[in-house]
Amino acid sequence: MSATRLTLGRISRSLALTLGIFAGAALPAVAADDIWKDIHRDVFAGKAIAEDDGAVSLEAPYRAEDAAIVPLTVHIPASAGEVKSLTLVVDKNPAPVAATFEFGEAAGKGDRMLSTRVRIDMYSNVRAVVETADGKLHMATKFVKASGGCSAAASKDADEALASLGKMQIRTFDADASKEQTPPVREAQVMIRHPNFTGMQMDQVTRQYTPMRIVSEMDVKRDGARIFKMEGGISISENPNFRFTFVPGTDNVIEVTAKDTEGQIFNATSAKKAS
Amino acid sequence: MQISGHIEHQFREVFPSVIALLLALALLFHSPLATAQESPSAPSGDAQRATEDLNKSAPAAAPSKSEQTTESLPAALKVEEVAPGVFVHQGRYELFTPRNSGDTSNNGFIIGKDAVAVIDTGGSARVGAALLAAIRARTSLPIKYVINTHMHPDHVFGNVAFKAESPTFVGNAKLPRALSSRADRYLAINKELLGDSFAGTEIIPPTELVSNRLEIDLGDRKLLLEAHPTAHTDNDLTVLDEKTGTLFLGDLLFSRHTPALDGSIRGWLALIDKLANRQDVKLAVPGHGPASMPWPSALDAEKRYLSTVAGDVRRMIKEGKTLSEAAGTAGMSEKDAWILFNEYHARNVSAAFAELEWE
Repeated sequence: MSATRLTLGRISRSLALTLGIFAGAALPAVAADDIWKDIHRDVFAGKAIAEDDGAVSLEAPYRAEDAAIVPLTVHIPASAGEVKSLTLVVDKNPAPVAATFEFGEAAGKGDRMLSTRVRIDMYSNVRAVVETADGKLHMATKFVKASGGCSAAASKDADEALASLGKMQIRTFDADASKEQTPPVREAQVMIRHPNFTGMQMDQVTRQYTPMRIVSEMDVKRDGARIFKMEGGISISENPNFRFTFVPGTDNVIEVTAKDTEGQIFNATSAKKAS
Repeated sequence: MQISGHIEHQFREVFPSVIALLLALALLFHSPLATAQESPSAPSGDAQRATEDLNKSAPAAAPSKSEQTTESLPAALKVEEVAPGVFVHQGRYELFTPRNSGDTSNNGFIIGKDAVAVIDTGGSARVGAALLAAIRARTSLPIKYVINTHMHPDHVFGNVAFKAESPTFVGNAKLPRALSSRADRYLAINKELLGDSFAGTEIIPPTELVSNRLEIDLGDRKLLLEAHPTAHTDNDLTVLDEKTGTLFLGDLLFSRHTPALDGSIRGWLALIDKLANRQDVKLAVPGHGPASMPWPSALDAEKRYLSTVAGDVRRMIKEGKTLSEAAGTAGMSEKDAWILFNEYHARNVSAAFAELEWE
């Protein structure tokens, strides 16, 4: 399947180039819409989705520096009101849904931001789809040039990666700009050391694929109130990294519980007087 | 008038079929037109972009004109005798292209009384064969060792050309794992980058492994092989010719060519400090750069680059900046000091950021 797609891609690039020489024009990408049609049907039950209506926006690099850590940032403005969930989709990845976030009360209803890093396997549309409280879907899309993100060798330092698995780090930020917002928001970052093996990384010595092992669930709370609950897939980068806004509370203690597909549980809490 | 009018008429008739023919050719041969064009935005560039983690084999943007060689690969590589019995071929400051056949890194050989050791073999079977020809033009002694300084394709893909000589292939104990987990990708992408000049290339992993130190003897000539903690990659190995004090650093040392970070920036900086204190080294051979460099000043520029990147990235992390913000701004003061900066720098910053945010 993926081999066929590659071949198609190559041919279309050659074609586009050849035409480009004569006409200065390029052919549109082949079959991109069909993939999204399937995802739309399978993941969103074919429900109507409003595109670029201002309820959500997405920042992604047009050309990724590293296909295995492509930063994506989603903004949800106060005008969107209450938002139930956010789904990140990478159309052409083997498992297109990168992650789904269900927001809790501590996510607030002001200007919201959530940022993470994903793997991108080939040139693809990347989508942020939010479901607002009224049950309507809204989407922002970006095209990203990157490839090989899912099969790229796991770690730059393979021993270090396994030795530190499960280590977590939580930071909170006190940016002046976000304090001035009404209602006020703060930012936090949750990082977890985890290889997030995609199951597509082959060990040539054993001729075996390293079995999939990913952080599948993560629950993030502020002073006991949920900010979001994440369900993750293989497209989330090694060492999953989430940065997000939340509504400040009294202590602003961030508490994280994560679980991977091996059933291992990881817990961490930010220092009390978060700086 | 008449003649040109006639030609024009014929041309109009023929033109559509010319286009059709070119289209067909382009489809048949994948994209020979693209490579002939040498445009930075050619499709091969897109494919190459995919290879970023191969480091030495990334995109097709043109290096500065003065650095670009347009010659295709000669039958025997040009080598320089940097110290008695120590020969180095200087690779081009280029990304992999069909024209350079993957001749983009330095490789060398050392001739002892009884045997020869090869250090890195270039980026394709073809480069390896041209290196072998250069060796055979100078000695008929057996090639007892082929040593790889690390996993990157531009240093190991020529190994296959030495197979018939039955040498012992030597590398860092972590090299087999590093190669095996990247093999499919390395092969697929480099085949695309090098086109026909990739023919015959396969991955030959080392069988003699160095986890700490190993001394080998070429006959009245001892070489000290040392494995290092994670720096440029997690499988770096240096080779010291004890007789002349010549140290082959592989990609632990870049000169002029923008360094490529595929290991640990903290580890690399720590290792540079450690190496700079060594008294047994007189001459350095970089993995990318001139054939040889004075010691220890050879390390200065690279140390400045890595320190600048680490410093800027640490400051941005402290200020709460994001990975994408850092990629566009950190370390930009180094821009004019290096070749292929746009191809490697932003990726180095991303890698440094992902590492240093855990401090």
